[in-house]
Formats: sequence, structure tokens, C-alpha cells
Amino acid sequence: MTTLPTTKKQLIIIGNGMVGHHCIEQLIERGATEHYTIHIFGEERHRAYDRVHLSEYFSGRDAEALALGDHDLHRTHGIELHLGECVSKIDRDAGEIFTTDGRYHYDSLILATGSYPFVPPIPGAEEGQPNRLVYRTLDDLDQIRDAAKNAKRGVVIGGGLLGLEAANALKSLGIEAHVVEFAPRLMPVQLDEQGGAALREQIEALGVGVHTGCATEEIVAGDEYRYRMNFKGGEHLETDLIVFSAGIRPQDKLARECSLEIGERGGIIIDDTCRTSDPEIFAIGECALWNGQVFGLVAPGYTMARTVAGCLMGDCESFSGADMSTKLKLLGVDVGSIGDAHAKTEGAKSYRYIDEANSAYRRLVVSADGKHVIGAVLVGDNSYYDTLLQYAQNGIKLPADPASLILPQSEGTPTLGADALPETAMICSCHNVTKGAVCKAVDAGCSDLASLKAETKASTGCGGCAALLKSVFDHELESRGIEVDKSLCEHFSHTRQELYSLVRVEGIETFDALMEKHGNGGLGCDICKPAVASILASSWNKPITDPSNVPLQDTNDTFMANMQKNGTYSVVPRIPGGEITPDKLIAIGAVAKKYDLYTKITGGQRIDLFGAQLHDLPDIWQELIEAGFETGHAYGKSTRTVKSCVGSTWCRYGVQDSVAMALRIEDRYKGLRSPHKLKFAVSGCTRECAEAQSKDVGVIATDKGWNLYISGNGGMRPRHAELFATDLDDETLIKYIDRFLMFYIRTADKLTRTSVWRESLDGGLDYLKEVIIEDSLGIGAELEAQMQHVVDHYECEWANALKDPEKLKRFRTFVNDQRPDPAITFVDERGQKRPMRAEELSNKIIAKEIS
Amino acid sequence: MTTALKDTAMKNDTLQDTRWQRLCNKADLVANSGVVAWWQDDQVALIYVPKGRSGKTELYAIDNHDPFSNANVLGRGIVGDKGGEVVIASPLYKQHFRLRDGICLEDETVQLRTWQVRLQGDEVQISG
Repeated sequence: MTTLPTTKKQLIIIGNGMVGHHCIEQLIERGATEHYTIHIFGEERHRAYDRVHLSEYFSGRDAEALALGDHDLHRTHGIELHLGECVSKIDRDAGEIFTTDGRYHYDSLILATGSYPFVPPIPGAEEGQPNRLVYRTLDDLDQIRDAAKNAKRGVVIGGGLLGLEAANALKSLGIEAHVVEFAPRLMPVQLDEQGGAALREQIEALGVGVHTGCATEEIVAGDEYRYRMNFKGGEHLETDLIVFSAGIRPQDKLARECSLEIGERGGIIIDDTCRTSDPEIFAIGECALWNGQVFGLVAPGYTMARTVAGCLMGDCESFSGADMSTKLKLLGVDVGSIGDAHAKTEGAKSYRYIDEANSAYRRLVVSADGKHVIGAVLVGDNSYYDTLLQYAQNGIKLPADPASLILPQSEGTPTLGADALPETAMICSCHNVTKGAVCKAVDAGCSDLASLKAETKASTGCGGCAALLKSVFDHELESRGIEVDKSLCEHFSHTRQELYSLVRVEGIETFDALMEKHGNGGLGCDICKPAVASILASSWNKPITDPSNVPLQDTNDTFMANMQKNGTYSVVPRIPGGEITPDKLIAIGAVAKKYDLYTKITGGQRIDLFGAQLHDLPDIWQELIEAGFETGHAYGKSTRTVKSCVGSTWCRYGVQDSVAMALRIEDRYKGLRSPHKLKFAVSGCTRECAEAQSKDVGVIATDKGWNLYISGNGGMRPRHAELFATDLDDETLIKYIDRFLMFYIRTADKLTRTSVWRESLDGGLDYLKEVIIEDSLGIGAELEAQMQHVVDHYECEWANALKDPEKLKRFRTFVNDQRPDPAITFVDERGQKRPMRAEELSNKIIAKEIS
Repeated sequence: MTTALKDTAMKNDTLQDTRWQRLCNKADLVANSGVVAWWQDDQVALIYVPKGRSGKTELYAIDNHDPFSNANVLGRGIVGDKGGEVVIASPLYKQHFRLRDGICLEDETVQLRTWQVRLQGDEVQISG
């Protein structure tokens, strides 16, 4: 153990990359500036920057945005930062280094010189050749950008992690990107054969060419492109530029020249305290060789930096290797690799999940005794990563069915809650933050995520642990009885449920009144305004077009139509239960024809009319209402449709009149506003042609009555509805639906479908049955009365608006001009119109300019 | 943005000040929301806040064109405030634009055109 110097000593760090910079931060944190005069030398002109996210340099982040730490960090702490000053020699006997500008004495020296890209010896790509581009520094990227000017195609040699990042960079520059890999698959170190194949498919689907098993023999002048790469075996590929990313080599030149011990294949040999063969000289990061290993990731480099900073401050924690598990987004594709990904451990067994339709792949490697996770491979979805990593790192015992850890997630999937993690569980591996450290920070008073991050640095490295950190943090706060901030937005420090209660209990009828009494007095925003509008509508059901309600609505509710991508609207008249007379069909057709609207049948058994301009909406609706239609509320977070099959009236299998029941349900709940949209369906027999088990409320006929299903969902996250009650008569069915919907409206968070609400409901389905069927809370009658109030105050919003010229004033494209929006343009396709695409629009403008 | 001046003071101004031209009527505006006016081949979204946080009437004019969706829709967004600044949220992809200078809060490199507008009695006026 080192004792702290009593007089100030000179400490020199060579290398100002991520690891060198991290070492500075660690030294500052430990108060090293009181004991050492510190100099850090960087060969590059830029201050330290985030090399992990280098490819973002081409997608909007400049050098400043990629820079690490405050720009005056060094000055504030009296550290001499020498940028663009190259160290040329170390004189160990004299304890001096020589640079382009002078010489400096050192008492302790840290080498953080990093690595350099390996360029294979290929004829035509020798040192000094213009096509010898590499991908490591900002200056390298500037060179790539220059070379990409006037280029159509670029090739990256190397299909590893960095190579794919480089391919992403080429893609960002707008040129056709190809990856050439010597191994038979992409990312051979991290992925197995199937993982490599899945990644390849996904990357090819993004338009990046992938050539595996290709050894480049020579680079010559090309015919069609600047260069031609000839591969072993006779094949070739032409390209305008070539980026080499075929691996890294430790930058150990200075160490070699001053005779420090170097590994056989390069790398400065270090011991567990990161000391080289000279006890006054340390080496950290990619230039160091520990236990025969060079670590090419940032996290182990950071760990070494911490080790050295500790040693210099008399508190040495030895370096004991690093976990090479990694989680990345390469070209937008999730890739994860944990521990023994190739199942090399003796007796290891694997579970594999292959989804050829989506090119997703997951492999779970477990120990010989089947008790622990020892490795994993993920391609396509990294949402499994955090849980798997925790299992692997903490030796947590596997669940009874280990495969469930990599199977598509559905209800019942065992997820590892924050409470199941031990204190030693690593949350942030970049900054070595354990769950214990998070707990300590919470105990010390961290009560929001921002201060937790500032305090622990967790999630400020690669950011991959953000979700896990938040869940651990929330859990710790809650377990200490500290309230987690669940404010709706900056205007209301209440949840939606709380606001709903306040509105009902205090009889509040306007947004302004609610803001005055319970808000911060501001104007509101696009979060709270629609949420409060929904609460007011569910409670009092006043027209949403009333002047005090208008400014609260999303555009779709304001104009009672669905805005499409070009600013026009689609119109959906209600067609209850999907039943429609020929006359009404003709009426819809006539309106669509007159206003030249694109028509399409919806999934909810209705007809959608697209391409209506704002000022045409009142006329369109006037005609629809005259033909007997009502608004369909397709624009609202409200009852949408009740889908039905034809039922016992026509169908030989039907046991109940499903259409009549669908009409009754749709008529009752039409216009009901809720936290999110509501979909219903009624099937006339067990064959279930109306697909009721994928709806928020599903009703299926039995020979004794109706079975009620609840909280199903289609869409992005399908959920099978749950059987709630069986063989109900008509009245009981309606009673249960009344109670169910009002209980949901009362307790759900904003924009939460019944499926998600139901899953997060404490007590689950049994609890819900108690509340709705057994009336355990004694609120059954109240819920029914609330629903009856809404039903009694129903009015077609479009009929209401058309009666009032003031309300229609809003439906003008321009308040001072009759013209339509001149920018809205259509073309014909398959006999109907559709919006002009961006490229068609630009062609049109060019054509106009030419003519 | 301008607050309404006293009518008497205004009459003298209008004689000399030809910069200001009539755009539409005050009655065309919708409180705490937007409407759109046509002005010299441009689409101007007018946002009217009868009682801003300072207690004064506020009127803003920004480009109706949403640079993210490339559609002319901003006048149909939700008006609100964020961190004390009055903003409108795009109805399509929900970015927020600061009304006083048109800057997009999610991407400060994006700035919408703004115009000077004021209320003079029953008129909304724009400065050419």
C-alpha cells in the first residue's frame, strides 16, 4: 500500500481518452489534487469525448456534444491539460517524459494510451494510401466524411462491434454501406452462429450489404467505383471508400521503447494494482494487458482507472478482471451478449428461442446443474438483458422453467423485481454502482433521479441501465415510505385518479376552476389538458365543443375527426354493431364521392373516409346527419365500436342474437369518454367470429345467456381477455359492464388501456370480481348511477356543433380567406386519391421550376 | 406579441404607423387556442391567450407549417406553458414550440418564423 505523499508530487497521465479522463475524475473525487500536481497529455486536439457513441457524430452530435465532463473541469481543479501535445519518449532513469513542446518530471506515471486500429497487410492498402481509412477518432471521422463526398458506396472491413458502428456511420452519411467480415458470421466474439445469422438478416433488411467469410487479398483500381476489392476465392466488390475496422491493437509504443514488460502479442503487462514492470508506472485501459487479456470495452478501463486512483490515494482495491457482457444497439438492432455466450463451460446447456419471422434470436446458457445462468445471446430485443445479467452476475437461482426467461413476454413471465436483487447486484457497470450504493444515496437524501445520477454517476456512462436504475430507485423510495413523484405534469402534482376524485367530490366542471384550486396557476399543457377534458367528460358529459372545453382537446377531439399525416382528416360515422342499411351505405358512398374522399373499411366494421379538409368537415357531417348517421367518436379516447357476428338470426350455429346485444351495448356506451379508447365485441356462439376475446369488453353467447370477458387487447401488445362471469342474463350483463367501465374510468391512469390497468391492479382479477360482482366496496350502485348520468346526457357532438354557428367558426382553414390549404396535394392510386408523397412533391416542385 | 393599447392612444398611432395592417377580427380568435390566417402567401397561426401568467392579454403569431411533419397544422395544436414559457404542441408528432420566438424545445436548432401582431380594438393587426 502506498502512503500518501507529504509534499506535493508530480503525477503525469499520458492519454486523454475516455479512460484517461475517467482517471482524472476519480483522482479529483478522491482529493488527489491536494497531494499531486497533475498533468494530462492528449495527442488529439479535442478534449476527451465519448468514443462509444462516435457514430452519432454524423447524425447531429458535434465534438462539443460528444465531449465528456465540464469544459473547465481541469482549470477548476488546477490540473494541467495539454491537448495536441504528443509524448515522444519516457526516460525512466531520470523520471521524465519528452513531448513535442518540452520535458516534464514525474514521480508517478499513468499510461492510458489506448489502442490503434489494426489494418491488415493487404496490397493496395499500405501506409499512406488514401483509401486507408480507420474509425477511431474524431479526426478519422472527418477524413471519412471527406472521402464520402461524391461517393456512392462504402465498405467496412471487419464485422465486429466497431465495424458495424462504422457501417452505421457510413449509412448516416447517406452512402450505400457494406460490411466485409473474415469470419463466417458477424460479431464472432459475442454471438454464436444463429445469433450472427439473425443479426445479418436484420442488418441486410436495413439495406446494408453483408459479406462474411471474405478475405480481402488486394485492393486495385475499380471500373464502376474507385476501388475494387479482390477476395480470396475469386469474388470481388467495388467501392468508393474503405474503412478498416478489423480489430484493435494496444498502443504500447512508448512502453516498448522504455523497455517496460510487454506481452507477446502486445499490451503493457500489469498486475492486479495496474502497475507495470516499473512500480512508478501504471497502465490502464486498452493499452494494458492483464492476465493475458486486453479489454476492448470502456467499463473495464474505468475499473482500472478507479483502481489506480485508489492506489495513488492509499486505498488500493485490486483489479480482478471484468465482465465482458455487453448490450448495444448496432444500426438500430438490439444485440446483447452475456458471459459464456458460446457455452464453452463444461456441461453447459442451452435454451434457444428462434423467431425467423422477425429475425430475432435468444439463447440462454445455464450451468451443468441447471441452476444458474452463465451466459446469453440476444439479437433483436434487449429487453431481456437486464434480468438475464442480474441472474448471471448474482448467481440467482433459475426459475422452475428457465426457458421462460427468453420466451416472448406475456403475463406470468417471471421478471426479477428490484427487491429480489442482492445489495451487491451491479446496476451500472460503467461506473461500478451497485444496488447497495443506490440505497446508500437514497438514505443520504437523494429523492429524484437526477440527483441520484449526479451523486452516484449511475446511468451516466452508456446509459443502458436507465430502466433498471429507475425501478430500483422507485422501489427503494417506496420501501422507505417516501412518495414517488407521480405528478401528472408540471401543472398538477396529482395523479389522474386523484384529479378524478377532486372533480367528482367537489363538483368541478371546468379546467380553469380545477387549475385555480388544485393546479399551479399556469395555462396547462398537452398532457394535463386532454386528461382533464376526459375526466370532465366522463363525469359530466358536457359537449366537448363548448368554449371552455375546446382548448383542452387534442386536435382530433377539437375537430371531431382524425388528423392524418398531411393535415387532412378522416371521418368515421357510427355504424352500430356493423349493421347498415343499403340506403345508408349509398349515402356514405354519395358523400365520399361528392367530397372526393378515399374510403376504406375499418377493423371495427365501419367505413373510414379520408382526405377531408378542415373547412369541408361541417358540410360532410351535415349530409351524414341528414342521412341518419351519428358521430363515431373514432377521434376520441372513448367508446369506439361494438363488433358483432350475425348471430342466431341468420347463422345456423348462433345461440343468441348477438347483433341486437351489440346494438344495445353500442347505444348505451357511445360517447363515453375514458382514460383510453374502448373496444367491444359480441359473438353469437362459442365459435367467436366477432373476436370478442381481444376486446376491452367481450361478450360471447352461451345457450343460457352471455359470458363476459374483460381487458383483452389487440394492437401492439395483444392480451387475451379474461373470463369474468358466465351465463348472465341481459340486465346483469349490462350492470356488470356499467360497473366495470366506471371503475376503470375512476381508477386508471391517463392513456392506460383496460388491459394494462387490469394487470397493474392490486389483487388482480379476483379483486375486480369482488368489487364488480360482490360489490365489496359498496360502490356498485354509485358506479351504475354515474354511468346512467353519462348515458342520459349523450348528444351527438356533430349534431350539437352544427346547431351553433359560433362553434363552426373554428372549422375554417383560414379565418380571413376562403381558399383551401394550397400545400395539400393528392394523386390517384387504385381508383382513389391518396396524399402525395414527399418525393413526389419535390419532383413536382422541380418540374414546376423547370417549366 | 403586444398587449392591447387604449383606443384613444391608438387612433393617433394608426395615422402615422402604416407598418401595422389589419389581418382579421378579434372575434375570429379562439381563447387559449389557435386559428390560422392567410397573410401574403404565408400561413400564420394566431394564438390568443386572454389572460397569460402575468395577468395580461397575450397574442402570438407563428408559422403554421410544422417542420417535422411537413404539414400546415401548428395552429391546431394544444396551447400551454412549459417552465413558464407559452408553447404550442404539434398535433402530429407533439413537439413543443415556444411562441415568443418559435424555437422548438425538443430541438433548439429548429426555429419557426414569427410575426409581430397586436390587438387594436376589434382588429388583429400584423406588422409587415
